[in-house]
Amino acid sequence: MLHIRTPLRVVAILSVLAIVGAACSNDDEGGGGGATGSTGAAVDCTTAEFGCVEVAAGAPIQIGTLLAIEGDTKNLGLDSQYGVRLAVDYLDGQFDATDGQILGHDVELVNENDGCNAEDGQKGATTLAANPDIVGVIGTSCSSASLGVADKIFSDKGIVTISPSATNPALTTAGTHQPYYFRTAHNDRIQAAVVADFAYGQKDAKTAVTIHDESPYTQGLTDGFKANFESQGGTVDSEEAINSADKDFKSLLEKIAQNAPDVIYAPDFNPACALIAKQKATVSGLENTLLMGSDGCSDATYTEIAGPAADGVFLSGPDLTAFSGGDFYKNDFLPAYEDQFGSKPISVFHAHAFDAFNVLAQAIEESAVQNEDGSLSIGREALKDAVQNTSDYQGVIGTITCTPDGDCATQVTIGVYEVPDVGFLDPNAKPVFTETKTLDEVA
Amino acid sequence: MANDAVPASAGGSLGWLERLPVRRIILTVLTVVLVVVVGTGIVKTLTLSGTEHLDWSFWANLLVIGIALGAVYALIALGYTLVYGILRMINFAHGEVFMMGAFASFFFAAAYAQSGFLNTNPFAAMGVLFLTAILVSVGVAVLLERVAYRPLRNAPRLVPLITAIGASLFLQNTAQGMFGSQTRGYPRPEILEGTIKIGKVSFDKIDPVVIVTSIVVMVLLELFVKRTKTGKAMRAVAQDREIASLMGIDVDRVVVITFVIGGVLAGIAGVLYAMTFGQVGATMGFLPGIAAFTAAVLGGIGSIPGAALGGLILGVAESVGPYMLLSGLHVPSPFELKGVITFSILVLVLIFRPGGLLGTGEAEKV
Repeated sequence: MLHIRTPLRVVAILSVLAIVGAACSNDDEGGGGGATGSTGAAVDCTTAEFGCVEVAAGAPIQIGTLLAIEGDTKNLGLDSQYGVRLAVDYLDGQFDATDGQILGHDVELVNENDGCNAEDGQKGATTLAANPDIVGVIGTSCSSASLGVADKIFSDKGIVTISPSATNPALTTAGTHQPYYFRTAHNDRIQAAVVADFAYGQKDAKTAVTIHDESPYTQGLTDGFKANFESQGGTVDSEEAINSADKDFKSLLEKIAQNAPDVIYAPDFNPACALIAKQKATVSGLENTLLMGSDGCSDATYTEIAGPAADGVFLSGPDLTAFSGGDFYKNDFLPAYEDQFGSKPISVFHAHAFDAFNVLAQAIEESAVQNEDGSLSIGREALKDAVQNTSDYQGVIGTITCTPDGDCATQVTIGVYEVPDVGFLDPNAKPVFTETKTLDEVA
Repeated sequence: MANDAVPASAGGSLGWLERLPVRRIILTVLTVVLVVVVGTGIVKTLTLSGTEHLDWSFWANLLVIGIALGAVYALIALGYTLVYGILRMINFAHGEVFMMGAFASFFFAAAYAQSGFLNTNPFAAMGVLFLTAILVSVGVAVLLERVAYRPLRNAPRLVPLITAIGASLFLQNTAQGMFGSQTRGYPRPEILEGTIKIGKVSFDKIDPVVIVTSIVVMVLLELFVKRTKTGKAMRAVAQDREIASLMGIDVDRVVVITFVIGGVLAGIAGVLYAMTFGQVGATMGFLPGIAAFTAAVLGGIGSIPGAALGGLILGVAESVGPYMLLSGLHVPSPFELKGVITFSILVLVLIFRPGGLLGTGEAEKV
């Protein structure tokens, strides 16, 4: 856990006091003077909701990350963290392994683990929210860590959160959406529709069995798949459920093999996802059944565990070859990733994380007030408004326009990859099926 | 007189209440409810028709899976039961002994899979895997006994129990620190990939290997305990440690041998489990450990045939139980409820036979 050292804290408190004092004296002088407000609209930190984050002159801007960086899903989280680190590196316009700055301030990343579950999400979010210097957060990796947990904890404190990979529809559905929550990740309403199109339209599947692990992400996908698949004319024979800690899926697969469906859709997380693929080969009767998964399976762990048994499995996820910033992605981003982290991307959301950070950085630049002494006042509400007003931002993944419900990727290309030609092994791998949809056209 | 009569009759009715065999009534009611629920579930499941009909071959397939799983549970459960028999303590770190062996062999397995040795010389490779797992498991088990349990041999019974839980967490976190917190894929030699089909029954090729290996190991253990001098010494120490030491038996040696045997069994179980489910991980010992402990208690802790029987029942209950009992009642996703079924069985056995199926018939205080 990162705690600021006492001298730093004293400086922070003193600077807060100084600014409050300045604000008071400004009132006496009739306003003006104190804040130059070079880039953003002036914020009254004493009355604005949630107040301001004050960054002292020379002090870094602290950005939290809350990603699944430990345990079985760590490739998913680390990949996004690498994307954020590359974004910090690129603030100065080049990938040179030296960090850039925002408005003359360094950026300090405070990394927490979301564990891909609600408990760790709560722990990490509470830790970050307790730090008054955190300006914004990139996270979470998993919907389960956000939905009703991290998104609420951050929103209650007025901390802007942008997720690179949490895709559950409820996160951005009016009613369950938390006001300070945004994401560059696609909405699974789109992904579920594309998967159903692929299964029904492309593979001519008429019957399906879904397997979810009770987490919001997996359940959102299997529910969405069922709705889309059945509206086209297919039937979902049964909706099975597993515990994410299960290792033994043989009896479940035996049961499914009794009435073998055309397709099994199991959009879970690793290792369950990989073990289902591996154990499917040990059950007879499923030879003609297609196995499908989604981006929760899509990290390097999958092929490490499943090995050749997974060949021929279809995994959906963001189509990395369809990024509108494709040239930059291929020629600059990927080499820098390999250079700095020693391998090809280990999952598929690094570009989403890169864009998420840049959207946040741009919003900070727009909303922060630069004071004469070199310090920054970042109004929390103003920052949220700036993120929400992000429009036609040209990111790596495409054009980013945030909606009041928090979705910043409104038009998305989802690809279906056939293992082993998958985006998390080779970002240039071609998906076997790809479809672009906007949020408005999917139910 | 009238005044006396009232309290007397009240006392009489109270006495009648007190004489009621409450325990027996509860047990009878429970039995009736259970028989009705389980009976309806089974009857309804077996009479499902149309697309829902479940063929007998399905149950046979599940039975094979269950017996193989049960065999692994039995091997681990023997480790719990042997140590309990000798020391009257639950070695909660036994699941981690199992994990350590499996993990150690993983590194050889992964290297062999990469070099192709696993497929060209499957028997030699498997031999090395078993040997590595056994050596590491034995090493960890003996170290545990030496460092964590022996100094506490004469402490109150709660103390080594807590120590065992601590040792279990220590080993788990050590493995996480050394090998990483991720689950790894455990390779299988090619000749064991795929399925075998006999008539309508089909099963994973590894299942018969697991079952046969376990039976051989258990028969050897039985022979060792019943026929050798050391086995006799073990039984003597199990009966009464003090008297045994007075008879010239080196109790420390017997205890170490017990842990060695537990380690050997755990190492074998580790490789079989890792191959069956294709994975190893730092926390893989937890659930099988709990299941095996349950199996040991189910069969009667301290009893060797009890551990084998308990493991078998638990494995079969886990694979067959959910579908047999719940399919007919149209409970959605019975698979998810396998834990409920297995642990309900444990609770029921402990209610009706507190000492376990083959135990002494007395409740053992842990």
